[in-house]
Amino acid sequence: MRNIIENFPLFSIILCLLASSGSLLLKEKAAKIVNTALIILVGLMSAILMGYCYLNGSFVYVMGHVPAPWGNEVRGGVLEGGMALFFSIIMYLSMSGGRKKLLEEVEETKQNLYYILDNLLFCSLIALVYTNDLFTAYVFIEINTISACGLIMIRQNGRTIEAAVRYMIMSLLGSGLFLTGVIMLYDITGHLLMSNIKESVQTLISTGQYSEPLMVTVAFMIIGLSIKSALFPFHSWLPDAYGYSTISSAAILSSLVSKGYIFILIKIIYRVIGFEAVVQSKLLNVVFVFALCGIIFGSISAMRENDIRRMIAYSSVAQIGYIYLGISFGTKAGMIAAVFHILSHAATKSMLFISAIGLTDTSNTSRHFGDLTGSAYRNRIAGLGFATGSLSMVGIPLFSGFISKLLFMEASLQNQYKMLPALIVLGISTILNAIYFMKTVVRIYSPERDLYKGREGFHVIRFKEEKEYGITIILFIILNVVLGLCSGPILNMIQIGIESFS
Amino acid sequence: MKNKLASLIKWIKETKEFYNSDIYMREIHENPASVTREEHLENVEKVRNIVYSDKNKQEKTMEAVYRVFAVLFMIFFSVILVLTVSNLPATGADNNPANNEVAERYIEKGLEETGATNVVAGMILDYRAFDTLGESHVLFVAAIAVTVLLRLDKKERDPKDTKIRETISEAEEADRIFNTRHDTILQKVALLLVPVILMFGIYVVLNGHLSPGGGFSGGAIIGSAFILYLNAYGFGKASNVFTEKIYKRASVAALMFYAIAKCYAFFCGANHLDSHIPKGIPGHILSAGLILPLDIAVGVVVAWTMYAFVAMFRKGGF
Repeated sequence: MRNIIENFPLFSIILCLLASSGSLLLKEKAAKIVNTALIILVGLMSAILMGYCYLNGSFVYVMGHVPAPWGNEVRGGVLEGGMALFFSIIMYLSMSGGRKKLLEEVEETKQNLYYILDNLLFCSLIALVYTNDLFTAYVFIEINTISACGLIMIRQNGRTIEAAVRYMIMSLLGSGLFLTGVIMLYDITGHLLMSNIKESVQTLISTGQYSEPLMVTVAFMIIGLSIKSALFPFHSWLPDAYGYSTISSAAILSSLVSKGYIFILIKIIYRVIGFEAVVQSKLLNVVFVFALCGIIFGSISAMRENDIRRMIAYSSVAQIGYIYLGISFGTKAGMIAAVFHILSHAATKSMLFISAIGLTDTSNTSRHFGDLTGSAYRNRIAGLGFATGSLSMVGIPLFSGFISKLLFMEASLQNQYKMLPALIVLGISTILNAIYFMKTVVRIYSPERDLYKGREGFHVIRFKEEKEYGITIILFIILNVVLGLCSGPILNMIQIGIESFS
Repeated sequence: MKNKLASLIKWIKETKEFYNSDIYMREIHENPASVTREEHLENVEKVRNIVYSDKNKQEKTMEAVYRVFAVLFMIFFSVILVLTVSNLPATGADNNPANNEVAERYIEKGLEETGATNVVAGMILDYRAFDTLGESHVLFVAAIAVTVLLRLDKKERDPKDTKIRETISEAEEADRIFNTRHDTILQKVALLLVPVILMFGIYVVLNGHLSPGGGFSGGAIIGSAFILYLNAYGFGKASNVFTEKIYKRASVAALMFYAIAKCYAFFCGANHLDSHIPKGIPGHILSAGLILPLDIAVGVVVAWTMYAFVAMFRKGGF
């Protein structure tokens, strides 16, 4: 009999599936309670699992009665538990921050469907984190894609339908490439389980057999997953999907969905192909170029936007570029920086989306900068959240963004060829970030209170009126400061997790 | 008898319609929205002129560049794919990497370990059941996404709510075109075929562990029988049996049963506990442990989802 804690990955996934199918019979209120309880429960289980793995090391859990290469497996470790815990926290905050908007924007009869989709998305994220099998990863990527598409289009207007179609096309292209990669990898190794594939790949590399298909396979998987996580040239679906969907969806998509794909990519790099093999294949150099372009062009597109939510969305392109930059250094320090930035960006971006909606709500739901002048005075808590998020994005000490920028800089110093371009781009991007985020912060804090007095839709929202929203923003700020100030133990956890991967 | 013969002769001579009372001629409406080819081309040109006005001249050149690059990229991609495939192991060669201990055990020990004479069923519902559990939820999430997009919830128009695109009654009105009210031929054929198709579908589901078939394929066959019934008799009769309530309850029960049963099996397997699920005698209908009930659950979900898709697409609800 195993320790009961080792069963937690199985329980988390099954609970999510039960909650999602059960919610079909529930009304909106009950579905909401089930969803909240599920997220809290899974978060607790992940926290316990993380502590357990910190003390006892990682473990492999057989899904069924047949061991490794014949049956499915999941793997629990410090990084897996930590990621699942973090995903649960962000999921909880995104849902509670967007609750009021959800009630307004989604038809009443379809709100339980929203919770079903959310539960399934959460399930697929948890399964992607824990899985130790490539085909299982693909199955849950499918669930992830379809439910994300549903989350975009549940607020039905022309823009979201268009955004969902774009998302569907691009995302299916990514899934297709990933699936092709899995198939070819199976063809040349004969396995679907990560650890077995890695053994076969090592022997293939040492004997030099099937070197071209192996190279193409790795390339397909990297490209497929980078399309799905919106790396620079494949980001065209992103601004509409994040900009027009209901706010919880935007926060979840930007901070969780793309991060789940990046996490599975990191897992593939370490546990399927082998880190050295990927570095030697020089494919990471291509990723490096795309990441640099993404950082610059994402920021430039964000500067040119006149719509606050699309601006935040474009800033995601730049931030995803950072994460891929960390991966593409091909060093352990780079990977740790990338994983930390996954956390930092997820915490910050969802906070920015949630606070932006508070600002637009006080400004007659207009998202244009002209109308947002002084909105931080009309909704103080949202203004505070937005300012904190912007400071974190720019990389001011005390907030999480500073630590991740520092880690990227440090990591770039270890790589002699990539150091100079990376440092230059990081410098430029910090300035660009400062320009467009600080511009917005200055605008929302411009003291022009009288300008909008009496105009319809412009009104003051106090903390008392929207308690749940206010508390969410405060929790977001605390999370950000914790990531910024207590980065030591978190980085330690990430390091242990990554070391146990290889 | 004599009467019928007389009317048959009349019908052959085309003086009388044999099924006069039953035949229902549908009025053919000229679709007012239809445009001629010239008008269509004109409209396309108009749109192009607006999209690529002087202001957006850049876009026009960009479109040309995109097209050239698309073709180049396609050629490049095809060449890479062809080269890769030509370097992959030859199909069916006996020293392929895929012919390893994994496939060997599935074939040699599959019957003994799962109790299913159909090795494929043993593989997808026992050895790799976790993937299939995910796969059945893919179907569920697809059904939910279609429901989000197509289900109509408002009975009547509300002047205050401008967001309503279409109401249920309007959709029913539009659906009437597809309604075959007295199509005797279709109805009689459906009357004969639906039970046969249903029986065959149930057979495929129940024999999933014994012969080729299983929940997904059998469910699809049952679903097609439902759809044939709907097309022959219309929503009026079909809604006696197929209601949203039953659909929801059936699929939720099936999915929950699937998840709980598999959770129990995984838990027992991983913790080396005896699951007490009897494997039965191979070849018998009641054998192979959980595979048969899981096949039934999958079949229920698939059949209902197929019917729900058709209903959603036709009039946005049941």
